[in-house]
Amino acid sequence: MAFEDQRTTVYKVNPEHPESETLPTLRTEELLLNMGPQHPSTHGVLKVILELEGERLVKSMPVLGFLHRGVEKLAEDGTYHQFIPHTDRLDYVCAMYNNFAYCRAVEKLMNLQVPERAEYLRTIVAEVQRIIGHQFWLGTQALDIGAMTVFFYCFRDREILLDWFDELCGARLTTSWYRIGGVERDLTPSLLDKLKQFLDYFPPKIDEYIVFLETNRIWLARTKGVAVISAEDAVSFGLSGPTLRGSGVDYDLRKYEPYGAYPKCEFSVPVGKNGDTYDRYWIRVMELYESVKIIRQCLEQMQEGPIMADVPSVTLPPKERVFTNLESMIQQFKLFSQGFNAPPGEIYCGTEAHKGELGFYIVSTGGGKPYRMKIRAPSFIHMGAFDYMSRGYMIADAITLFGTYDIVMGECDR
Amino acid sequence: MHQLVKRVQETLSVGFVGATEWRGDVAVTVTREKLHEVAQFLHDDPGMDFDYIVHVSSVDWPDDEERFEVVWEFYSIRKRHRIRLKTRVPESDCIVDSLTDLWKGADFMEREVYDMMGIRFRNHPDLRRILMPDDYTEGYPLRKDFPLRGKGWRDTFDFLDEVPR
Repeated sequence: MAFEDQRTTVYKVNPEHPESETLPTLRTEELLLNMGPQHPSTHGVLKVILELEGERLVKSMPVLGFLHRGVEKLAEDGTYHQFIPHTDRLDYVCAMYNNFAYCRAVEKLMNLQVPERAEYLRTIVAEVQRIIGHQFWLGTQALDIGAMTVFFYCFRDREILLDWFDELCGARLTTSWYRIGGVERDLTPSLLDKLKQFLDYFPPKIDEYIVFLETNRIWLARTKGVAVISAEDAVSFGLSGPTLRGSGVDYDLRKYEPYGAYPKCEFSVPVGKNGDTYDRYWIRVMELYESVKIIRQCLEQMQEGPIMADVPSVTLPPKERVFTNLESMIQQFKLFSQGFNAPPGEIYCGTEAHKGELGFYIVSTGGGKPYRMKIRAPSFIHMGAFDYMSRGYMIADAITLFGTYDIVMGECDR
Repeated sequence: MHQLVKRVQETLSVGFVGATEWRGDVAVTVTREKLHEVAQFLHDDPGMDFDYIVHVSSVDWPDDEERFEVVWEFYSIRKRHRIRLKTRVPESDCIVDSLTDLWKGADFMEREVYDMMGIRFRNHPDLRRILMPDDYTEGYPLRKDFPLRGKGWRDTFDFLDEVPR
């Protein structure tokens, strides 16, 4: 019996055996399995078509776009200020860092200088957001591959910070606290107290997470040596953030192209060795300690001062003046309805978000709206390496892979 | 002129269109025939050493003769410098060489450009739509002539009032 399908392998029974006449021919073939788009561990709506040989992954084809909302097209129709809330919805678990990346890009386009206090505030909140992001990642990744307790502990501590965000800007997830040229409002004494309390409270909790995971044999077995990628391949694929540093490449934009208050802080960038899921987990946990360190230093160094650049043609007036002063109200109205006049030109500005390099490529032809805005989303680029990294692993390791990139589909599909 | 631009211009006898440096970003424009050659040079030359691909993007300029601009952005992790490589393609023949053989990450990024702008990449291993559905036939969303609203299914609802743009 001949099979024309090339994927089919025919195992013939040895003809020398007398009973071979009566045995049927055994046939094995690769199986196509559709995983997602509604699967609890895909963190949103991601579909992957897996080609299986037994339980081994032969090939995987990610099918993206279930959450495509055309954010890049929308950007062309709004002013620069109006786009800030859209960035919240990209990576919806870490809105602050998206705001930060976007505002930095526009500031580069406008050549704006942000006041020093605002830089410190931005760095503090960005690092708080990094802690939230890594906690969220750690909890869900552990839950996906069979360590449930950590999930509750991570989310308990994440809740403290989300409440802190709530007090800071009135929203827990879709924050929109950053503004072009500065930040929306200053930290109140109550917020400062709460943050300092958290900094004392948090490091022992990280130790606790580590104990939970390091003593869990399932966690170790499912992360060590899984989804290995070499440094050379990781760079070639354009991976970034902990996913790249896990392979031993010391690439961190906070060090390479310093921004915010990072150059004034002392911190180290953890780098892995083996390029497997375990190293990437270890880097993220170590970054929690580093974030605490950065926030502490920023709080110590921060001086009083303005929180918004004073360039009336671009930056928004302070809120209290808007309601009491006619000129400020007109300025605010004009900035939101017409936007500011950007010079023609094009810039790319990358920022080290907790997932990787989040970049904005903005083409301006003058006027209040961007002509073209391209968002370099780390999740999307990490999915490009999915097929390469998954080959040869077991089907259950596909779940580990989703987690190890820390993908969020809002950012991946845009 | 920037050091990197100078090196690129030296190695190219023809095909160098122009270079800009604005806000610290260096951009080089080459003709599309020379694109792969320049990319190979950027990737392999030890002085350039652009091993990291940042993004692939495209810009639509409907009034220009060569309508589409394809943009690659590279970074060198060892040398820590950045460059933007650009080329133009006309609408009647919008195809450029794929750089997937040099940077593996270009695969998904070029697929996105194809999906959103309709620019095809020669020698791309798997050029399919990526964000839009495979059977989507209504055009390429990021082209300037693709309207922001009022296209497709929603347009057929007669109970929706015409909303002025």
